[in-house]
Amino acid sequence: MTVTQLGGTPPVTSKRPLTGSNRPRTDRSSSPAARARRIVGSLLLVAFALALLVPFFWMVASSFKDSNEVFSVPVRWLPDTWHWEHYVELWTETGMATWLRNTIILATVVTFLQVLTGSFAAYGFAKVRFPGRDVLFLVYLGTIAVPWQSYMIPQYIMLAQAKLTNTLLALIVLQAFGAFGVFLMKQFFETIPEELSEAARLDGLSEYSIWARIMLPLSVPALAALALLTFVNTWNDYLGPLLYLRSRENWTVQLGLKNFVANNLTADYSMLFTGLTISVIPIAVIFLLGQRFFIEGIATSGLKG
Amino acid sequence: MTSATAGPAGTRTPRRRSKLALRNTLLGWSFILPNFLGFAIITLVPVVTLFYVSLTDFNIFGKGDFIGFGNFERLVADPLFQRSFVNTLYYSALHVPLTIVVSLGLALLLNTKLRGVSFFRTAAFFPYITSIVAIALVWNLLFSPTYGPINEVLRFLGVAEPPGWLTSQDWAMPAIVIISTWRDMGYYMILFLAGLQAVPRELYEAARVDGANVMQRFWNVTLPGLRPTMFLVTVLLTIASFKIFDLIIVLSPGGAAAPNAATVVLSQFIYQRGFIESKFGYASSGAVALFFLCIIATIIQFLINKRRSV
Repeated sequence: MTVTQLGGTPPVTSKRPLTGSNRPRTDRSSSPAARARRIVGSLLLVAFALALLVPFFWMVASSFKDSNEVFSVPVRWLPDTWHWEHYVELWTETGMATWLRNTIILATVVTFLQVLTGSFAAYGFAKVRFPGRDVLFLVYLGTIAVPWQSYMIPQYIMLAQAKLTNTLLALIVLQAFGAFGVFLMKQFFETIPEELSEAARLDGLSEYSIWARIMLPLSVPALAALALLTFVNTWNDYLGPLLYLRSRENWTVQLGLKNFVANNLTADYSMLFTGLTISVIPIAVIFLLGQRFFIEGIATSGLKG
Repeated sequence: MTSATAGPAGTRTPRRRSKLALRNTLLGWSFILPNFLGFAIITLVPVVTLFYVSLTDFNIFGKGDFIGFGNFERLVADPLFQRSFVNTLYYSALHVPLTIVVSLGLALLLNTKLRGVSFFRTAAFFPYITSIVAIALVWNLLFSPTYGPINEVLRFLGVAEPPGWLTSQDWAMPAIVIISTWRDMGYYMILFLAGLQAVPRELYEAARVDGANVMQRFWNVTLPGLRPTMFLVTVLLTIASFKIFDLIIVLSPGGAAAPNAATVVLSQFIYQRGFIESKFGYASSGAVALFFLCIIATIIQFLINKRRSV
């Protein structure tokens, strides 16, 4: 076979007619203008990638530096000596372990409730026809245009009267029933053909079993997208905890890290970077594992939580 | 219900239909109710009560008395409110166009067959899923006037006196716009990418056959094809800009008192007057202003979009 002519492409492509697979490529590179465009495009990509990733690199590298080294002039991108001990001290000298535990509990419970009630309600909106349904859905949608900051005060007054301030429960209630989950799942359920539910109904399945045994198994991508987005949003939330959680042992990671700077006047910056790195790692792992769902979820819904 | 002329089938159908409607209503509500209960209590009720609270002198200690439009009269004359209102518009005027340009540019780049596109898509999205606290703290230090890496790079490039960024009156807001654009561009890029994929390929081919160059193809094929996406992005970005809060509050915790009152925004005004100074009633009048700002902007954009699509 003419492997050299194919320029190292895997032999699978050679099944296609050679001219067909080769011609666009030769066309593209033969035009100098197109070639220049591609080079400029690649350079732009590299520049953007650097701008995006350098802050993260600096954050992780600084967590290993000596405190004075963080701000040395000129900038040192890598530490002189690697201070791994920050990662031990962080657990013993700050409340990081408690904050992490709180955040994990909060994010898990919120995600579970949001996925459960969101997909349940979405079935009602997508598959059951009843008077007033569309108006009700418009109300759900309309609240997306209303910023939380504009009604956080009445909400706080209510939850304070229910004696829920300074509890994780307040934050669970606050985030578990968003319109976003309903919206995302409804969009997805509507793409599932009605014939499937009809067939199940003829087999004597109730609507609830159709939801549980037909809809949910077919909606794994959408459920994953919703679960991931909700988990990440709850993990990263700063304002809710800022308003509701007063005592240190109830703080979440974000609130702890923020106050870590505010209270620590000597400003042990390398320790701060250690905390930040630890707080970002779980999200980075979740994102890398499920990025397909993240991106599809956002592209189909066009809305964030 | 039963008309004289209707046969037995006719009398049964409406009744069966209404029975079916009742059954469906109960069924539908049984699905929606678990979520709706939480949604109504946590979102709907507070949105409605907001207007009442804004007409009272509610404070943190309990009940408030009805005082009519007193809060709003004070609000209009409050220098902090005026400042935060202007700053919110200033921030949005910078952030919305900049983010649209950058994320659309990124989407166009990623829509090509360049090498490394999928890696880059992941990288571009990464800031968006990182917490505001981490982003704000890291960028705060990156922007540090004397020791920060950014100014060091600028000095290296020959800028003799680089700006003080977050410590400067004039540069604090642009610095915040840079940070938030950096964070948001991956998200809006995904929306634009989805939009670009919906533009029919044949249109590009036709334009190319007609001899249209790259710029002409962009203006006459890409942009019109992206109109629905552009509308969605503009609406989402505008609302998100009007309510900007967490980034600013982490970067300038002193809020109104700090030297950078240059960056005080509407949400921060509400937080300051409500949660720091415990004037819930008064702060709610500011919240009503934010509410209407977002609603009016959304309605205007819907109207413009409707007129253009006719």
